[in-house]
Amino acid sequence: MKGTSIFFYIFVMWLLIIAGGALIVPIIAHISIQGFGKLDGIIDSVVKAGIALTLVALWILIMSKVKNWIFHQQIRH
Amino acid sequence: MLDKTIIGILISAIAFVTVYAITPSLIKVLTKRNMVVKDYNKEIATMVARPGGPSILVGILASEFTLYAFFSSTDILAIIITTSLAFFVGFADDRKVLGGWFKPLALAASALPIILLGAYTPPHLAFPLFGSVKIPELYLGLIVIIIPVMGNTVNSIDVLNGVASGFMTIASFALTVCLVIVHHYDTALASLPLGFVSLAFYKYHKIPSKIFPGDSGALTLGSMYGALSIIGHVEIVAAIALLPAVINSFLFLSSVKRIVEHRQIKANPVVHTEDFKLMASTDKSAPVTLVRLILANGPLTEKQVGFVIFRLALFSAALAIITSFMMEIRL
Repeated sequence: MKGTSIFFYIFVMWLLIIAGGALIVPIIAHISIQGFGKLDGIIDSVVKAGIALTLVALWILIMSKVKNWIFHQQIRH
Repeated sequence: MLDKTIIGILISAIAFVTVYAITPSLIKVLTKRNMVVKDYNKEIATMVARPGGPSILVGILASEFTLYAFFSSTDILAIIITTSLAFFVGFADDRKVLGGWFKPLALAASALPIILLGAYTPPHLAFPLFGSVKIPELYLGLIVIIIPVMGNTVNSIDVLNGVASGFMTIASFALTVCLVIVHHYDTALASLPLGFVSLAFYKYHKIPSKIFPGDSGALTLGSMYGALSIIGHVEIVAAIALLPAVINSFLFLSSVKRIVEHRQIKANPVVHTEDFKLMASTDKSAPVTLVRLILANGPLTEKQVGFVIFRLALFSAALAIITSFMMEIRL
């Protein structure tokens, strides 16, 4: 089938999305930052947003590596 | 439930028939006003009417206002206003080429009715298997990002005859099924017109195209899809159904490394063979796109490439449906 490697790439993306949920919901969402008084809520949100953005950057990096690995092989063939 | 089924059939019929009936007239009007563009993938020079956005918008408005007459919900109003604003952004871009950053910013503003009407509550992001996270402040930012991202993602897949409308038909019906699985029946009902409008438009957009959706058509479809995903709380599932288009945008951005309009790219990722099949460009400066990757194995006709994209869309739709079943499971 044409584009078989793209199906594989989509599947890998899907697995990464599921894995992202496994990190965000049980781990990151339960992080609680205290000790800053009224700023607790804001600092808590900023830290969680920072972690989420780092995960997105990591996700993009992984997808980029997987893309190079899959498609360079395909183009070489 | 029976009432909702009858209303669902009614609004689906209105959406389909409206677009099916008025698009030929729109083609005539656009052709008469010389609002045509060249179809570069045809051996014989062919001019195609553009944009088809107006007929798509009329189909959506006719069906959604009918739904609103039965269920006066702010969710439906939010869908109508956001989709209409996105249409005007796209229509402005169809009439006059706008800068690379203008569209995302204007589309972000199109998301504001969802926030102002409170159609996004409760502000949580649902993940499969692991539950949801409550992110009151962050979720507002996410809404403003989702509409431009989904609008532009659908716009980016509008590369060959019939692809954007065919792709959106598959993704939209998958979204409706997913919304039913997660028991968001009202949003599922509101999502039906999107699939039927896309399907009716496909009749005229399929190869050989008689009309192109243009930015107004693609952004209307993408933004409505985004609005439905927010209101139905199926953002992750909706993104999964769009994965082939996401890949296309990702590949393009990771090779170009900046936000830029496709028309600003000088090197074409796809070239033609002597028998006018599509072939991947060997130009190293050309951006990597989904079509270029599909063609990496060898030349294909435009129709064959379109069907590969539809198979990818069906695969993603199946993953989205599996994911929505996983939403019902808690580990």
